[in-house]
Amino acid sequence: MSRLTVMTDDRASSTTLTLAKEFKQRIIASPPGVCLVEMQLAMLKVCHAQSCGKCVPCRDGLGKLEDLLEDVLNNRATENTLALIEKTAKNIELSADCAIGFEAARMVLVGLDGLQEDYISHVKHHRCSGSFEQPIPCIDQCPAHVDIPGYIALTGAGRYEDAVRLIRKDNPFPVACALICEHPCEQRCRRNMLDSSVNIRGLKRSAVDFADLDSIPVPPKAEPTGKRIAIIGGGPSGLTTAYFLQLMGHQTVVFEEKPALGGMLRYGIPNYRFPRKRLAQDIDYILKTGVEVRLNTQIGRDISMEDLEKEYDAIYISIGAQTDKNFDIEGADSLNVISAVNLLRDVGLEKRLDFSGLKVAVIGGGNVAMDCARTAIRANAEKVSIIYRRQEKDMTASPVEVRGAIEEGVELFTLQAPLRVEADEEGKAVALWTQPQISGLYDRNGRPKSNKADKDPIRMPADIILVAIGQDIESEQFEEQGISTKWNRIITDEGGKTTGNPGVFSGGDCVSGPATVIKAIAAGKVVAANIDEYLGYHHEITVDVDIPSPLMNDKLPSGRIHLTEREACERKNDFDGIENAMSREETIQEAARCLRCDHYGCGVLRGGRELRW
Amino acid sequence: MVNAKINGIEIQVEKGTTILDAAREKGIRIPTLCYLKEINEIGACRVCLVEIGGKKNLVAACNNVVEEGMEIFTNSPKVQSARRTNVELILSQHDFRCATCVRGNDCNLQRLARELNIIEIPYKIEIENQPWDHSFPIIRDSAKCIKCMRCVQVCDKIQTMGVWDIINTGKRTSVSTVDMQNIEDMDCALCGQCITHCPTGALRERNDTVKVMDAIMDPDQIVIAQIAPAVRAAWGEGFGLSTEQATVGKMVSAARQIGFDYIFDTDFSADLTIMEEGHELLERLSHEKDAKMPMFTSCCPGWVRFMRSQFPDYVDNLSTAKSPQQMFGAIAKTYYADILGVTPDKITCVSIMPCTAKKYECAVPQVNDSGADRDVDVSLTTREFIRMLRAAQVNIDTLEEDAFDEPLGIGTGAGVIFGATGGVMEAALRSAYYFVTGKNPGADDFSIVRGEDGIREVTVDIAGTPVHAAVVSGLGNARNLMERVSRGEVSYDFVEVMACPGGCAGGGGQPIHDGLELACQRGQKLYALDKGSQLRFSHENPAIVQAYDKFLDRPLSHKSHELLHTRQAEWDL
Repeated sequence: MSRLTVMTDDRASSTTLTLAKEFKQRIIASPPGVCLVEMQLAMLKVCHAQSCGKCVPCRDGLGKLEDLLEDVLNNRATENTLALIEKTAKNIELSADCAIGFEAARMVLVGLDGLQEDYISHVKHHRCSGSFEQPIPCIDQCPAHVDIPGYIALTGAGRYEDAVRLIRKDNPFPVACALICEHPCEQRCRRNMLDSSVNIRGLKRSAVDFADLDSIPVPPKAEPTGKRIAIIGGGPSGLTTAYFLQLMGHQTVVFEEKPALGGMLRYGIPNYRFPRKRLAQDIDYILKTGVEVRLNTQIGRDISMEDLEKEYDAIYISIGAQTDKNFDIEGADSLNVISAVNLLRDVGLEKRLDFSGLKVAVIGGGNVAMDCARTAIRANAEKVSIIYRRQEKDMTASPVEVRGAIEEGVELFTLQAPLRVEADEEGKAVALWTQPQISGLYDRNGRPKSNKADKDPIRMPADIILVAIGQDIESEQFEEQGISTKWNRIITDEGGKTTGNPGVFSGGDCVSGPATVIKAIAAGKVVAANIDEYLGYHHEITVDVDIPSPLMNDKLPSGRIHLTEREACERKNDFDGIENAMSREETIQEAARCLRCDHYGCGVLRGGRELRW
Repeated sequence: MVNAKINGIEIQVEKGTTILDAAREKGIRIPTLCYLKEINEIGACRVCLVEIGGKKNLVAACNNVVEEGMEIFTNSPKVQSARRTNVELILSQHDFRCATCVRGNDCNLQRLARELNIIEIPYKIEIENQPWDHSFPIIRDSAKCIKCMRCVQVCDKIQTMGVWDIINTGKRTSVSTVDMQNIEDMDCALCGQCITHCPTGALRERNDTVKVMDAIMDPDQIVIAQIAPAVRAAWGEGFGLSTEQATVGKMVSAARQIGFDYIFDTDFSADLTIMEEGHELLERLSHEKDAKMPMFTSCCPGWVRFMRSQFPDYVDNLSTAKSPQQMFGAIAKTYYADILGVTPDKITCVSIMPCTAKKYECAVPQVNDSGADRDVDVSLTTREFIRMLRAAQVNIDTLEEDAFDEPLGIGTGAGVIFGATGGVMEAALRSAYYFVTGKNPGADDFSIVRGEDGIREVTVDIAGTPVHAAVVSGLGNARNLMERVSRGEVSYDFVEVMACPGGCAGGGGQPIHDGLELACQRGQKLYALDKGSQLRFSHENPAIVQAYDKFLDRPLSHKSHELLHTRQAEWDL
């Protein structure tokens, strides 16, 4: 026998590791609608299987928790059972020797609290609080519930115009979403159980790129109702509502304070991510339905809310989140300290920016910060740095955006909290002072807090300081009209009704706080239906597109087709679009990866596609 | 067209044809279990699996279509093995005490297990036992449920009642009432369509045959049977008899062997219903301004329950005439008791019906007017009747022709067609014409109301008066019509509604043939019987004429109102 041995990979442990990785993917792709208590029991069993067996709380306690959860699921539990689960789990959490035990117990406690309703339903009513309506994961995760398997199949079959028509049944911004949607639809894609999610946004991009968009006629409109609806704010949410209400036979009028429509799509997202001529494709189509538009018109300045309420049968407030969060550090009022909203609005207004020879510091770690940094690069800045108080992995910006920025030459300066802006005697910023941070305990959202490190402040020379720390909502004047707000957000019920006059609805960023374009569109769709209903109608939106039968593919693991970008050294010199679409070959292959959950699995029974809404 | 091969045989089918349909067209057998055409095509049982050339995974034949160039193997070793395992898995959760199961003869699962030569189950047997109220007319035995979801789908899609649902997920997935409510608290119409579409014995009617045998064995009781029109179109199916073999005469002869003292025909009281309901219609038509219009038929208790729970504002639009079953009971225990010279409590009145809701109807306290406890004591389904015939060791091969007893065994062709959708309407129109004009129309003059569509709208002319009528079967269709009526989009004078698709011929109490909808075929038998009848008008039924003469006076008389009419709004649900 050797005194020591070199560790080698054995087949069993590498198999376990592989399976663990696959299992993680599987858990991520957990279908919506399954029994959550059952899931918790399954997770608990995995935890228990990891127990070494030395200590009582973990070895024996976790098993008892399993028994008690079985009792809950087998209708043998009472409220005393729940109390015993809690007591036992708390004791395991307190007394287990290592993380295998105390973390398992903590997860049980988190579940017991967060899934309280489900537990009580099992105990009291002997059933899951959820129903069997297990929706198709992608459709369910899409806030606007777009028929994703449907348009993927159509795109794969080369029926691009039909794909676009199908998307527009739920979302009149197919082009915008093809280019910049955050694609929550991909999160729980069942394909994750096999390899990785279908590139849904990429396929939508193929649909809108290959379709002859101009050939698609506007859907038939319902008989005119004579009702007029005012829409305040011409962003994605307002225009979505306008589009659907037009199809329902109502006349909408959009009031937009800026000189062009599009909201944050135009004044928040730079051209290189979403070229303006592509935005026009969506907006022009929406306007073809007969929407009336009043540009450069501000409510309260050019027309009063009272007048709108008198003249219109219903009102939709979709003003977005158009102002900056307050940035108050010493020297924040220096010249050349520019808010992200102002910078991107200027870009949207097609003002030419020139940062030649200047050093730019961008404060923030979200997508807007990346947009600012990459815009500064394109404005020919000498150096662009992102200053962020946490670590790169804690950034809220999508990893693709962060990587893209780095590729184009943006530097990340992390674990640095802005301390003060140093200005020269003319009041112009010359440097940003930062306080180095240390990563600490997790906060409630599961991100490590950043605490002041025992290090000296750092001076970073900067001629321009771009502040991207979040947006806010200008809702004061609506509050004066009796519409309740909280933290400047307009309060509505789940159907978009405000607390103001009965016909006043609101939705989008001004209700949710700054969020994604698809959420704004979804809110617009919801409110269109509810305004229609409020006006005493029940118009339905539908489309006559038949969906191809699924192809009988073997479900073998295969690579996801990612969208590529233009080379960084080239794209950073202009504001043109950076992303390349899939080829037709790639499109067909990627579309064939869709597992067609609308046909296979529970979708075929219930919770399948909505043909109308 | 698409070209493909099944088991090496070249086929050419229309685009969109399922593998299952393509195979069946060629006479190639693919077993199915959960599949119900157009109702349940969900590929849940994984029994209809087939192998596709070049593909690793097997696919369900029921909901996948034939693609160009596809090579399909319906019985490859891979298919056989997987199919067998799946049936073994289903059996491991199924109470297979088949000897005492009502579906022992016609269980799809049992047939499949035998076909696949399954004699041992390699898995632990785990049977689910949900509680159930066994006094309810419909019995669900969770131990036999294979979770095929057919009941859920039939109740949702065809009947739109949404009684059944799937509860829980994963290994605890089960079928139950929506939110596991007590079935008595739900709006179940009791149509029994879930039973006739269940592939196993998980759903059945309450067994009332014991009560009947107890009465027959009681020497103090005179047990009389009334047999509904639709039963004669289906009873022979229980013995594999053809239409020609399964005559009404043999049915009576067979029923006698059970031990009933008298065997009567519900056709008699169907004719009586026409007399009352026909006059009621004419009365409502003549007072159109005050009367609730349209008038809806009321002989289907499933439909009455539907109306009570779903469209309560229209309950008073139901004809107040009792159903033939209840008119029969009321007459049997008054008029006929007088003839026999006995008190009503000496008579046990048994009805044999194609229906599960009739078990409810005869137990409604407000429907009993003869002075006995109940006018109809027990209501059996056709299936229970067949079981009693078997238990009585009736030899079908040696049955002689027999006839119903008199006088309550005399019925007309108009009464016979009550068992088919449109039949009540047609019979009523035949007599209404006579009541208005004093002349008979041609017996087939109103055959326009016949048909297979779930909703049929006709306008017929009665002596210059147009009558706008609609005939509906199936509760989904009924809901559709009622929604249009309540929105004012349509207006009618007279509407016939039957809860079961195809009317009583397709009733929830009829024999079960997996995957086959026989309502239309059975209806045709009833129309043939009508055609061959000497009497084709209810008002010409001599027994009816006599009953009015001697007992009831005239339609809508005081006595008629007392015995033959009811207020459905007051019924206990």
